[in-house]
Amino acid sequence: MTRRKVINKILFYIGVIILIIPPIFVFAWMIMTALKTGVQNIEYPPLFIFKPTLENFKAVFQQHNFFQYLINSTIIAFSATIISLLVGLPAAYSIVRYNQKKLSMAILIARMTPFISYLLPWYIVFRMLGLIDTFIGMIMTHLIITLPMVIWLMIAFFENVPRELEESAFIDGCSRVETFIRITIPLSMNGIFTAAIISFIFSWNQFLFSLILSGPRTRTVPVAVYNFMSYGKIDWGGIGAAATIIVLPVLVFAFIVRKKLVEGLTAGAIKG
Amino acid sequence: MKKFKEKISSLIDKNLNIFFPAPTVILLFIIVIFPIIYNIYMSLNKWRIGLGDPEFIGFQNYFEAFADPRFWNGLKVMVYFSGLSLSLEIAIGLLIAVYLNREFKGSSFVQTIYVFPFAATPVAIALVWRIMLNPQIGVLNYVLSLFGLPPSLWISSTSTVVLSLVMVDVWKWTPMITLIVLAGLKSLPQDPYEAAIIDGATVTQIFTYITLPMIRPVLITALTLRALDNLKEFDIIYTITQGGPRNASETLYLYSYKTAFSFFNGGYGSALIIIVFLIVLLFNVIMNKVRYRVEI
Repeated sequence: MTRRKVINKILFYIGVIILIIPPIFVFAWMIMTALKTGVQNIEYPPLFIFKPTLENFKAVFQQHNFFQYLINSTIIAFSATIISLLVGLPAAYSIVRYNQKKLSMAILIARMTPFISYLLPWYIVFRMLGLIDTFIGMIMTHLIITLPMVIWLMIAFFENVPRELEESAFIDGCSRVETFIRITIPLSMNGIFTAAIISFIFSWNQFLFSLILSGPRTRTVPVAVYNFMSYGKIDWGGIGAAATIIVLPVLVFAFIVRKKLVEGLTAGAIKG
Repeated sequence: MKKFKEKISSLIDKNLNIFFPAPTVILLFIIVIFPIIYNIYMSLNKWRIGLGDPEFIGFQNYFEAFADPRFWNGLKVMVYFSGLSLSLEIAIGLLIAVYLNREFKGSSFVQTIYVFPFAATPVAIALVWRIMLNPQIGVLNYVLSLFGLPPSLWISSTSTVVLSLVMVDVWKWTPMITLIVLAGLKSLPQDPYEAAIIDGATVTQIFTYITLPMIRPVLITALTLRALDNLKEFDIIYTITQGGPRNASETLYLYSYKTAFSFFNGGYGSALIIIVFLIVLLFNVIMNKVRYRVEI
C-alpha cells in the first residue's frame, strides 16, 4: 500500500469517528446522568470521570413504582401488536392479491392524520363509556399506530411471496384460507417478525394518547418519565435512570431487526 | 353439521376479498373514520369541554383562527421548524450517506449505531437533551467553551429556541435519512460511475451529474416519509419547551393541542386540528405530484 493510500484511509476513519460521536454521545450522557449523584449532576464544568452509583435506579423502582409502568407498557404494546397481526395480516394479503387500492389508501390516510384529531373524539367517547384509564381503551388507541404500520409493512413482504407456490397449493386441493395459513404465512415469517417488532417499538414509544387517556392504573413509561419533570425539584439522576430503562429494550429490539428496519420503514413509500 | 362447516368455508373462500379485510375495515371505521368525522363536526360548533352542550356556529371557528395572532405565530413556527429541520436532515443525511457508501471495516457497526437515535423513545431522548441544553450546567455549553465559543441560552431565549429544537430533530432523524439513502446508493448501477472515472470526472462532477439525479426518487420518498411525522412533531417540542419561551416554539399542532386540552376550547381546537390536517394532506399531494414527475 502506498503512503498516500494509508493517509487517505486514516483520514476516512477519522471522518467516520466524527460521524458516530453525536449519536453515541447523547446515549452516553443519558447513562452517565443516571449513574451520578444529585450533587454531581449539577456540577459545572460537568463531570466526565466519577464513581458511579446505582442509587438513581433504585429510587426509580422503589419511590416511583416504575415496575408497574413497565408492565403496563408491555401489556399495551404486546396486545396492540398481536391484535394488529391477527386483523392486519389477512387485510394486507387481500390488498396484495386483489389489488385493493381503496383500502391501502385508507391505511395511508390513517397514517397521515394528525394524532390529536383522534384524541378529542376519543376523550369524549371514552369518558361516556368509562374507558379512560383502562387497558381496553389504551390498547384500542394504540391500534391506530400499530395496525396501519403492520398492514403497510406486510403489503411489501407479501408481495415477495411467489404466487406459483400458492397456485400449486390450490391444485393440490387446498382452500384459499388453508393456502394463506399453510403457505403464505410460513414463507413470510421473517417479515411478520420484523413487523411485530416495529409495531411494538412504536406502541412503546407512544406518548400523546397516554398523556390524555391513561391514568394511575394504566400509565405507560413515556408519561411516567415525563412526570419526573413536574415533581417540583428536577431530579436529573432520576430522569437519566428512567430514560435509560425505557430506551434500553427499544435499542435491543432495534438491534435485532436493524437489517430489515430501513427496508420496513420505507416499505410502501417507495412504491406508493 | 359437517356440511354446514364446509358451506361456510367455501363461502369464505369465494369471497376472500371481503372476509379478509372486513375486520380491518370495521376497526378503521371505529378508531379512524368516526373520530375524523366527529372532529370535523366539532370544528363547526362553539363548545367548551365540560361546560354545556355544543352550539352550531358554522365556519365561525375557522374565521376566528384567521384573526388570531397566535394561529399565525403557530403557522410561522411550524414552517420555520419543519422547513429548516427537513432540509437539514435531507442535505446532511445525503452527504453522510455518500461519504459512507464504500466497503470498509466497521461499516455495519456504524449502521447499527445509526439505527438507535430514531428508534429510541422520543420523550426519553428529549429529556436527556433538555438536561444537556441547560444554559447554566448543561454539557453543550461546556463543549462550546472547549472550542473557545461563547455559551448559548439555547431553549431559554426566543431567538435560539427553535434552532435548538431543530438540532434535536436533526440529531434524531438524519441517521434514518442516511440509512435510507445508503440503501438506495447501494442499489444504483455501477456502469455510469466506471465510465465517468475513465473520462476523468472529478468527485464533485460525479456527485452532481450522476449520483444526485439517480438518487433523487429515493430522496423524495425519504422526504415525504419524514414530513409525515415532522409536520406533526409533538413529543420533542412538548417535552423540551412546551412551546415556550413566550410561544416562540409553539407550532400550530402544539397550539391546537393546548387549545383543546389546556384551555378546554373543544370547538376552536378541533378547527385548528383540521387546518393542520389539511396542511399535511396538501403537502402529501404536492409531494406525490413531484414524485410522479421525477419518476417519469
